[in-house]
Amino acid sequence: MSSKTLLKRIDWLTVIIHFALVGIGWLGIYSSTLSEESYSIFDFSTYYGKQLFFICASFVPIIFIFATEANLFERFSSLIYVTSLLLLLGLFPFGKTIAGATSWYNLGFFNLQPSELVKVATALALAKYLSDIQTDVKKRKDQLYAFLIILAPIILIVLQPDPGSGIVFFALTFVLFREGLPLYYLAIGLIILLIFVATLKYGTIWVVIGISILTALFYLTKRASFKVSTIPIILFFITSILISISVKFVFDSVFEQHHRDRFSLWLRLEKDPKKLEKIRKTIGYNTYQSEKAIESGGAFGKGFLQGTRTKGDFVPEQHSDYIFTTIGEEWGFVGTATVVLLFSILLLRLIFIAERQKNPFSRIYGYGVISIIFVHYLINIGMVIGLLPTIGIPLPLMSYGGSNLLGFTLLLFIFLKLDANRLKEWD
Amino acid sequence: MKKVLLSSIVILIGITFIGRLSFLQVFSFSPNQILEDPAIKTLYDFPERGYIYDRNGELLVANQAAYDVMVIPRDVKPLDTLEFCNLVGLNKDKFLSNLKKAKVYSPRLPSVMVSQLSKEDYARLQEKMRKYAGFYIQKRSLRYYDTKGAANALGYISEVTPADLRKNPYYEQGELKGKTGVEKYYENILRGTKGVKYIQKDRFNRDIGPYKGGALDTLPKPGKEIYLTIDKKLQEYGEKLMKGKRGGIVALDPSSGEILSLISGPTYDPALLVGRERSANYNKLYYDSIAKPTWDRSLEAQESPGSPFKVINALIGLQENVITPKEKIRCYNGFYVGKKRTKRGCHCGGGLRDMNSGIYQSCNAYFAGTFKKIFDKYNKTDDAMDVWKKHVQSFGLGDYLGTDLPAGRRGRIPGKEYYDRIYGDNRWTWSYIVSISFGQGEVATTPIQLANMTAAIANKGFYYTPHILKKIEGKPITDPKYTQRKYTTIDRENFVPIIEGMQNVYNKKGGTAHWLGVPGINIAGKTGTVENFTRINGVRTQLTDHSMFIAFAPIENPKIALAIFIEHGYYGGRYAGHIASLMIEKYLKGEITRKDLEKKMLEKTLEKEYAKPYSGEPFIINEKSW
Repeated sequence: MSSKTLLKRIDWLTVIIHFALVGIGWLGIYSSTLSEESYSIFDFSTYYGKQLFFICASFVPIIFIFATEANLFERFSSLIYVTSLLLLLGLFPFGKTIAGATSWYNLGFFNLQPSELVKVATALALAKYLSDIQTDVKKRKDQLYAFLIILAPIILIVLQPDPGSGIVFFALTFVLFREGLPLYYLAIGLIILLIFVATLKYGTIWVVIGISILTALFYLTKRASFKVSTIPIILFFITSILISISVKFVFDSVFEQHHRDRFSLWLRLEKDPKKLEKIRKTIGYNTYQSEKAIESGGAFGKGFLQGTRTKGDFVPEQHSDYIFTTIGEEWGFVGTATVVLLFSILLLRLIFIAERQKNPFSRIYGYGVISIIFVHYLINIGMVIGLLPTIGIPLPLMSYGGSNLLGFTLLLFIFLKLDANRLKEWD
Repeated sequence: MKKVLLSSIVILIGITFIGRLSFLQVFSFSPNQILEDPAIKTLYDFPERGYIYDRNGELLVANQAAYDVMVIPRDVKPLDTLEFCNLVGLNKDKFLSNLKKAKVYSPRLPSVMVSQLSKEDYARLQEKMRKYAGFYIQKRSLRYYDTKGAANALGYISEVTPADLRKNPYYEQGELKGKTGVEKYYENILRGTKGVKYIQKDRFNRDIGPYKGGALDTLPKPGKEIYLTIDKKLQEYGEKLMKGKRGGIVALDPSSGEILSLISGPTYDPALLVGRERSANYNKLYYDSIAKPTWDRSLEAQESPGSPFKVINALIGLQENVITPKEKIRCYNGFYVGKKRTKRGCHCGGGLRDMNSGIYQSCNAYFAGTFKKIFDKYNKTDDAMDVWKKHVQSFGLGDYLGTDLPAGRRGRIPGKEYYDRIYGDNRWTWSYIVSISFGQGEVATTPIQLANMTAAIANKGFYYTPHILKKIEGKPITDPKYTQRKYTTIDRENFVPIIEGMQNVYNKKGGTAHWLGVPGINIAGKTGTVENFTRINGVRTQLTDHSMFIAFAPIENPKIALAIFIEHGYYGGRYAGHIASLMIEKYLKGEITRKDLEKKMLEKTLEKEYAKPYSGEPFIINEKSW
């Protein structure tokens, strides 16, 4: 394949959005970490200097990806997956601990976070397994293997402990649904989640009453039209109630205090407005500050480098997980809406690209990429604007962090390479 | 279905996010950002409060520096607490509790450790200050009074209350604001406008430089100096005369309505309400429920005016053409009213009275007769009452005057509705209410209303609303409220015989103040002796009469009009008359020639009289000797 045709086949819209998000992110990092003393943007002692270096450095893997044979990724996916799991395992003896989590390798100038790279490996491995002609997602055994591919890195990452990064991998189950996993799995998951949240918010008694009424209604309406078997309904009813009853145990015994606080804040479990306000300002400090920072930006923002809360360093981790608040404060609603739109367009474009793949491996891998980006975007922005409880994961492409940038660049550009190659599958 | 599932979710989440963001950034956005932003510290630069001068440019109120010892608990190093406490006049417990309080408030922010040190303490402390890390001295501006008088007129300033803060967003916690008197009424002129500095802070509350390079900062505008209409010498002299007496004196310049003095007795030194002892002193004054030093009697003591009110009835009689100055009415040491011919008393000595002697001998019978004639002119009692009330009210009686002082009281000029309520519709006639013709009974006025009424008589038919502000920064006031004449309903020529009668109060042998004239000055005056009652253990008990006096001088070109009310001073010529005479001489001549009279007034007090109702024993009223 000549380089000329390759350039034509690259999906440039995705590339443009990728670099737009990276650029906006860097401006945010610059603004939120700029201090009075430093001047040069190439100063590697600063966050923005380092991030600029990472952005430049990300061209190396991009070029490498486009230079290699597309089918290499499929061929070596198992190897890559195993290697990445070994990298995760290696953290336990050799890793560097930051903020309580042993998630990094110290490479001297740079700390590498392998969990970011494992996302690529897992997506590749899942694609490889599911695209195998012998795999059938409708079969329980194959479902189990697919889940195990996803679950292995999760276990290793949660043990670091970095549960936030671990959760992200669950997103890959979306891929299974696309490939034929029955949707009732998703429905069951959602119902369990709903029962959990509802029980926390309204208490077991109300939830049991609610489930009873709904089940009865379901049964009565269905019975009118055709005959239904009662056993699954009864089973469902009993399990739901058991789940609801066990919620209190899980919440009190399995969760840790800061998890409980995040939930009680998110669901407004505290009734007394004064106490709630206090919780917002202490336990919910991060969310409180980030919401306030975004709110203070107004429709048009305070202007680049003019964010008072950003300058005052009020929002913690503003250059990484809370980078969106800088956008909100300095660029206002215009800025935040632009970012949300860019992500939405990127995701829709990727879905479109995935659907046009003839090769199932490319399509499945594409869905892996989409799921991972989507979950990061959903959880991060949801958390920052106060819709979801606090889960510390970065905003793709925008948050500070070399491993993060490297991980998402690899994810995206491998997919773009596969896409560019789609017409030449049989060459 | 599966193909569009994820797309739909992406779109749905995008809409949710944009909805939430627009809620946060567009709908919850408050334009008051800069004040609510924790990243911006707002520092205020308080301007100096304007000075207050009297009408002659004599200083009344200035500012003085006070020194607060501030503490930043985090920076405090171990210190010699004993020495420190001695220097600032604290005991150790108080020191420790203040420090703890400051720490609870914030370890990083300054709190007041000791407030308002005197200059002497400050001087001693300052030399040693370097030894006390974490402490520093902050200068504050307080009021300084160059007079011991006029506390009631000047008012005081104190910290704003939460209610003030809610009402006016200009104020910040801890700011000082005029609470009464001139300080309150002219607050906006005196206080100036504070300057604002915005400082960018970090989350540890440390300053990291001016916000936007200081582009939004403003400079303070100093308060303006004002000149009052008060004459400092006259005010202080009047207050000296009031020592040991309760009551009010209001002196006006009839040619402008300017208040020359506004005296309430007992009063207090305005300096008491400044500095560290402010609240202790204030409580002491405020809770003195017997002498009530914080109650401004010159504006608020609402009593029957007594005989000075007779001149108004004479004026109404003339205006209504029901009487001529020469017409005579017989006094039978009193007069008879009603079908039963009940006798009502008079102290003038009896005989035929014309208007002139009716006034200077203060004959009740003459004015009862005049009052009857007013009512006889009209077929209906109600109409007569309306006419009478309209005339009285044109003198500014019976309603708030609209001065630039605390509102005071309305006073009371009864009308037909009032008597209909008491007696029933059409169930009363002039004879029921004849007491009001000589200022007893239902009528009530305040000293400032009486002074204003006197000024209207002095001007022969008009007055200017009394006011206390003369100039702002040297520019005379132009508010038409205070510079436009208000006319009474009485024609100019009708005042002539009245003023003649008031002059004879001093000049004729039988005049009720004939021994109180000032050599070389023609004064017109009118005495008043007001019966009054209180309840002691639920029993209505008469107390010694109030002493009332109104006067203006000189008659040819009135420069001062005053009203004097002395609680339980007995007859008008006693305390009130003496004080009026002295005040007029002081103002017009500058000094007192009749030293014995002055000495008597300075020395006599009424404390014994005031103690009587509280003694719990029977007492006699209206004692002859004094």
